Amino acid sequence: MSATLEKGLNAFREVMDAPIASFFSSCVHCGMCADACLFYTETGDPKYTPIHKLEPLRRVWQQEYTLPGRLGRLLGLSRPVSDDELKDWSELVYDSCTLCGRCSMVCPVGNDITYMVRKMREGMSAAGHAPEGVIGATKRTIELGSPMGVKLPALQAQIRGQEAETGLTIPIDVQGADYMALLSSMEIINFPEYLGALARIFQQAGVSWTLSSEAFEATNSGIQIGASDIAREIVARIVTAAEKLQVKNVISPECGHAFTALRWEGPNLIGRPYKFQVVHILELLDELRRSGRLKTSGKEDAALTFHDPCQIVRRGGVVAQPRALLGEVARDFREMPDHGVMNWCCGGGGGVSANERAEHLRLTSFKRKKAQLDALGVETMVTACANCRIVLEEGLEHYNMNVKVVGLTELVAEHLMEQEGGK
Amino acid sequence: MSAMELLLWARGPGLAIAAAVFLFGMTLRLIEIYSLGRKRDLAVPRSQTPGSGWRTIFSRSLPHADTWRRSTLTIVAGFVFHIGLFVVLLFLLPHIELIRALTGLSWPALPTPLVDLATVITLIALVVILVSRLLDPVKRFLSGFGDYLAWTVTFLPLLTGYMAYHHLLLDYTLLLALHILSAELLLVVFPFTKLTHTFTLFIARWYNGDIAARKGVAS
Repeated sequence: MSATLEKGLNAFREVMDAPIASFFSSCVHCGMCADACLFYTETGDPKYTPIHKLEPLRRVWQQEYTLPGRLGRLLGLSRPVSDDELKDWSELVYDSCTLCGRCSMVCPVGNDITYMVRKMREGMSAAGHAPEGVIGATKRTIELGSPMGVKLPALQAQIRGQEAETGLTIPIDVQGADYMALLSSMEIINFPEYLGALARIFQQAGVSWTLSSEAFEATNSGIQIGASDIAREIVARIVTAAEKLQVKNVISPECGHAFTALRWEGPNLIGRPYKFQVVHILELLDELRRSGRLKTSGKEDAALTFHDPCQIVRRGGVVAQPRALLGEVARDFREMPDHGVMNWCCGGGGGVSANERAEHLRLTSFKRKKAQLDALGVETMVTACANCRIVLEEGLEHYNMNVKVVGLTELVAEHLMEQEGGK
Repeated sequence: MSAMELLLWARGPGLAIAAAVFLFGMTLRLIEIYSLGRKRDLAVPRSQTPGSGWRTIFSRSLPHADTWRRSTLTIVAGFVFHIGLFVVLLFLLPHIELIRALTGLSWPALPTPLVDLATVITLIALVVILVSRLLDPVKRFLSGFGDYLAWTVTFLPLLTGYMAYHHLLLDYTLLLALHILSAELLLVVFPFTKLTHTFTLFIARWYNGDIAARKGVAS
């Protein structure tokens, strides 16, 4: 795939739609999106103002989709978007945006800035200005099946480990199961306990489930880099596997972008609705809780808080479920300031954590999360995204903070009511 | 050309030209936006959410608590300026009479001293907004010619209107002519600057609300 400026500009034209035109028409340069963005609030550098990150896309819109712009071009008065300009913008579009969506909640004229950054990345990657780290992750997903290069034998080894740990069988390739579970590479490598937790919870709740040996990786760096063709291929693997096994539901794991990719972008990428439903693991757990199939006992005594993963909460609509689940297993649950749909990002979403070049900026902007935690003074932070979890752990270590990060599904599993068959 | 001739031109051909440019320009802008269309969303929405776009059109006027804290000046100055501008524009008796002459619609005016006070407050708010644009690092960074042009053409009708009413500095007839001309300048510039947000923000908010609500989030 040879990337050129022309391909990049064509991708800009491809994504241009009525929402984007209405957003650019409405911006009054009030600067309020800057105050909503942790890359601005923690650096104070105006170049990180969210709407500014879209300047090349805006210039293409202005020059090609408005009458004054077209006249200006005709008369040679406007400066076309150049390759150097896109190169300069790579840092702004990839390193300083996690697609967290907070600016889209704040903009007084209603601009969904995140929607536009996601679309702009299509042009940036087509023009060859996506960062190396994210390109690498995407290549590995296409060639090896996962962004971290995790292959089936690695998963099988973790399955064996978790089976030994829990004394339960972890089903794989079961035809006609109700639920097909997916994992993120992060979970397979760093947090295999998630898999054991699923096995124990589903055993108690009597959920028929399976993994697929053909599609177990849920993350989709195609949507992070902004390459719809690649994103489509990654989603299609899951769709093919799920429809082959004829499962009724696919469970998106504790991973934010996996949920966005599969739940919201996937059908649009493959051009049709699925023959199954996509649920986030927290949605399923809360559903099991409400129907009385998931029973817990005992509660954590230590004060704890919940870090809302952006793609699951603000951009995914799973807001109440984690709180309901925490209510079952925690005695002293405390909300951070700005929790829920206005929570601050961990700083590593949207491909930023895979982008080595962004590391310094990411750790700097972690000061926002640090301030939220300092205000609360708790020592346990629960979350529901493996990527958030890694990024949070790195940030906490960097700032020498004594806070433990826990996955919500595992926390629920730890409090399962004892049953025969379980450990 | 005498002041009276200028006034007559402003009230006759000037107004017709400005109104024509404004109407043509804004219609074009709306066509430019809507003709781009958008792809149908094939993802199953979390719930059917009729009216979510409309709700965001209203709800977006109320900032979140954290936004209030961080952008206090922008929000307060913005509210004061916009409310003041609409009070002056829509509730000064001569303005209502003009609207009645053009459209046949009319409504009760506010007492002139009250509108006069609103004008002063609005002018002050606009000055605060300009100073903030010049001093605030983010706003200064974002601002270009269009931002200062939009500010100027908004400020001038208020200033000349205030001066005409109080017979300040210049001859009343001339001030009235300048007031009408400045409003016409505003109309002409309107469709080609960020002033379009007056109309397009409703479209933007609607899309934002619709996109978020499909995912189950009130935005």
